[in-house]
Parts: sequence; structure tokens; C-alpha cells
Amino acid sequence: MNYLLIFVPFIALVLVNLLPKKLRPISSFLVLLLILAAQSIFAALAPFGLIRAVGAVRMEHLFGFHLLIDNLSLLLLLSAGIVGFSALMVAWHSIKDEDDRFNFTNLLFILLIGMNGISMLRDLFSLYVFIEAIAVSTFIMILLYKAREAYEGALKYLILSVVASVMMLSSIALFIMFCGGTSFEVIKLSLVSSGALARIAIALFICGLFIKGGLVPFHGWLADAYTSAPAPVSVVLAGVVTKASGIFTLIRLLTAVIGFSPATKDLLLIIGAISIVIGALAALGQKDIKRMLAYSSISQMGYILVALGCGTRLGLIAAAFHFLNHAIFKSQLFANAAAVEEQTGSRDLGSLGGLAQKMPVTGITSAIASLSTAGIPPLSGFWSKLLIIIALWVSGNYFYAVIAVLASLLTLAYFLTLQREAFFGQVSVKVSSVTEASAGMLIPAVLLSAMTVGLGLVFPFVIKYFVR
Amino acid sequence: MNVLLLLLILMVLAGLWSILTSLLLRATIALALTSVLLTVVMFQMNAPLAAVFELSVCAGLISVVFISVISLTHRQPLKEYLARRQKRILRFWPLPVLLLVVGVGLSFVHRPVHIMLPHPTAFGDIRIMMWQLRRLDLFGQILVLLAGVYGVLILFRGNKNGN
Repeated sequence: MNYLLIFVPFIALVLVNLLPKKLRPISSFLVLLLILAAQSIFAALAPFGLIRAVGAVRMEHLFGFHLLIDNLSLLLLLSAGIVGFSALMVAWHSIKDEDDRFNFTNLLFILLIGMNGISMLRDLFSLYVFIEAIAVSTFIMILLYKAREAYEGALKYLILSVVASVMMLSSIALFIMFCGGTSFEVIKLSLVSSGALARIAIALFICGLFIKGGLVPFHGWLADAYTSAPAPVSVVLAGVVTKASGIFTLIRLLTAVIGFSPATKDLLLIIGAISIVIGALAALGQKDIKRMLAYSSISQMGYILVALGCGTRLGLIAAAFHFLNHAIFKSQLFANAAAVEEQTGSRDLGSLGGLAQKMPVTGITSAIASLSTAGIPPLSGFWSKLLIIIALWVSGNYFYAVIAVLASLLTLAYFLTLQREAFFGQVSVKVSSVTEASAGMLIPAVLLSAMTVGLGLVFPFVIKYFVR
Repeated sequence: MNVLLLLLILMVLAGLWSILTSLLLRATIALALTSVLLTVVMFQMNAPLAAVFELSVCAGLISVVFISVISLTHRQPLKEYLARRQKRILRFWPLPVLLLVVGVGLSFVHRPVHIMLPHPTAFGDIRIMMWQLRRLDLFGQILVLLAGVYGVLILFRGNKNGN
């Protein structure tokens, strides 16, 4: 199964491009939708033993390289499947031009292969190559409409991405010099005997991942890229791409190679806490819905980082659960923003108002996602934030636990502002003739809302998934 | 002075020139020169395949692409060019100073370095080594190239309204 996760989308990508031109957009949409749905079902059921990965050894002989699936891989596979599905649905209804839609689908194929690869790799250089494949396809996706502001967002993303690449390549070069290879086992073995230069190599790679993940102080590109990207691209970018390149790779490195030394834990806690606070404060002052959600993403990724900074099993479980929750509620909020922009032609909170009366489904689903992000029970976001705070408290990081609690209030404040100004209150003149978004736009929002509520309600059952 | 050290200093100077110059064509030539010097360094360090790639792709192909794009632009008026040059000098003057300080600082570091680089002939033919040991990376690079192809299709396709 693990090999199929990268070769099926690749073969499908090649085949749909060979079809007659008229058939390409619809066939690529349907094939990718099917692949994403199958991947999500596989990743959701596999930890419970309902689906088994078979034939891996035979496939390994055929291809000559290792791809390993563990429960951490399944977390990214599930997130990529859910977010990709939502982005594709949003794209089908928000991208009007057939060529643009087809190009988006093709790039989403590449993005999916890249993320699936990252989830299963155990080699630093291969990880870097797949991270670059994701970065290049994302950069082009942002420029899909060739809008002026998109060029600015994409250029910022490209420049900082190149800085991250230089750091990661330098780190890989150092590892090759000292370890003679880039596989996780080789690096882990040599880290024991290596000194200061090995620590520099690790620091360089982690800094590169922080840039890719858009964490403070490397977050300069994130708000512009998220805001200027077309609606479905924002969904996939905020939902899973930055987290796959940055946070997931970091979790993989921490658990499989570096381990949790006191210095590493301090670094994660400090960067995480700064990201939580600065992201939340910046989100408070925004008037553009997408920009507010972008800064909110920085803050939420900070939560994942502080959970990792505990260096405990509970911290890891909390980080993994918040990773999945963030993929769900953030892609939903961006899908809601896309619906609002589609129907009203605006993302400016100042010109919206009373939308819940005109777009009730969008209003309700957006409220659910906002409350989940703010950590209101019984939604899934509440449980992951609770786990993070408990993990911080139990590991003796009281100061960071207090910051996490206080920042949750800030999160609630900016989401209440968003809800009040966009969805509640008097219906503004500009939205008086607005109608609800099309069914295609609402399907992902409703599905993701159901997941947010469902995951929260069956939390004791779901937590087993993460404990394993 | 060691030949390798001299080549490295020249390479850094060429790299600095490519950043500091305010003319695109000169920057391209400086970048090509940097690549040529790096090629010589690679030959000196017993890595002929990397050197050939560096020379053909970085010094050759990329310079041709840059010059082709520059030929599509038009010359800036002299007054604007002079103002831009002034700005550029003001913006980048700390760079050579910083490089010098880092270089001098590193020259005082005398730590023994234990390098475990495999010998170039350890795996026999590098092409076979790439195919047998790094096949997945080649697949990843195909993905990057594919994304690049879609980038060209998207960025260079004219707008439907004729703009």
C-alpha cells in the first residue's frame, strides 16, 4: 500500500494528461477525488487494523527503496486526504476557467505525491527533495490567476523558501561530511559521537523547517502567500502544506533522529510561545478574513510546537491531535472565506455584516470552526488544546501553560470579532442581495464541521488512535 | 598560496560582483564566472561529474536563459540607472565587510575535522550509484520538473482576454 500512495497518483497524473483535451478537466477531478477519498479512508481505518498494508516487501524489491508507514505517517496521509478533498471541491466551484482548474488539479496531484512521500521517508536528502517538490508546486499554485498581489505573495514565499533550502542543503552537506550518509539510522548513530558541528547541522535544518512552517520570526511570507493565493490554494496551503513541510518533518526528525535534549525543548517552547502570542495579536488587528486566518495559523502552529517542546509522550499525542484538528478547522475556515468571497465579492470585515441570515450554512459551519479553534468544548479543538495545556503543566512548564491558556482567550476574541462583523448584526447594504453559496462549496464545509463535532464527541475513542 | 584557496577567493569575489553590480547582463556574466570557478574547484577536488554538470547547466544553460530574458527587456534611462546604482551600493556595502569578517574569524578556528566522505570510486560508476541508491530522489526530481512544466504553462500562457 505504501508504494501505491505515491505511484497511483503519479500514474493517474500521467494518464489524465494523455486523454483528449475535452475530457481532461472532469476526468482529472474525478480521479483525484477518488484517490483522496480512498487515501482518507485508508489512513482513518489502518490504525484500527481494519485495513492492512500488504505486499510492501515485494514492492521494495521492485523499486529498490524503502517507504515505511507508521502511525505518524497515517496522520499526515489522513490530513492530506481530507484537506486535498476539500480544496478540490472548492476549486471545482470557485475556479471558473477550465484550463486553470485542470492546472490546479495537476499541481494538487504533485502536491499529494510530495506529501505522501514525506510521510513515509526516512532519509534527510530524500525528504529535502520532496519538500522542494511541494514548494515548487505551491509557488505556482499561488500564481494560478497571475494577479499582481499574488506575484508579491509568491515572490516572498519563493525568496524565504530559497533561504530555507540553503539552510537545509548546508545541513545535509555537513551530515554527509560527518556521517557519510543521510539516512536516519546513519545520522542517529553518528550524532552520539559528533560534537559542535553536528549541533550546527541540526540547528540549520530545524531553522529551515521553521521557515517552511512559517513560525515566528520566520513568518514574513505566510500572511501574504495565504491571502493572495486563490481560494482553493489557501485551503490546501493553510490546511496541510506548511504543516507537512515544516511541522511534520520536525516531528519526524525529533522522534526518529534528534530526540528531545533540554536545549531542543527550550528552543521549541520559546519559538512556539512567541508564535502563539504574535500570531494571535496580529490576527486581532486584521480586517481581511484570509489575513486574519493566516495569522491565526501561525498561532495554532505555535501550539503544536509548545506541545512538542514538552518532550513527553503526552506532548507528542497532543501535538499530533492538534495537527489533525488544525488541518480540519483551518481548511474549513478558508473554505468558508472562499464562499463569502464568491458570494459577496469581498473579504473586508468592514463591509460585511449579517451574513448568517443570507448564508446560514456558511455562518453555522464557520461558527463551529471558530469555536473549535478557540478551544470551546465539546468540539475537537477543545480536547487538543486541553491535552497541550495538561502536557505543559505535567512537564513542569507552568509559564508556557499559562501563555497557552491566555492566548486561547485572544483566539476567542479575534474569532468573535470575525463572527460579529461578518455573520451577525445588521445586514449590511452590500450583502442585502447575497444568497447562500453553491452546494459544491458547502459540501466540504459541512463535512469538515461534522468531523469537528464528531471528533469532539467521540474523543475517548479517537484518542486511542493517537496513543498508538 | 594554495591554488584551491586562490580559486575559492576568486569565486567569492565573482559572487560578490554578481550581487553588487546593478546591470543585469554583468550580473549574469559574474554568475557564470562564479560557476566556472566552482567547476575548476570541483575538478581539483576529484569530482569530475559534478564539475561537468556545474559547467554545462549552471554556467552554460542558466546563463543562456538569463541572457534570453534580458534581451526581452529594454534599457533603463541613464539617470534612473545612476540612482539605482547608488541605492544598490548603499544597500549592499555591508556584505563584503561581513564576508571579510566571517572569513578572518573562521581562519582562527583550528578544530580538527573528522570527515567521513566516501571515496569517489567507492561506489564505482556514479550513474549506477545514483540509480541503485538514490532512485527515490530521482523520482522526487521528476516531480519538481513536472511542477516546473506546469509553472511554464501557467505563467507564459496568455490571458484569455488577449492581454
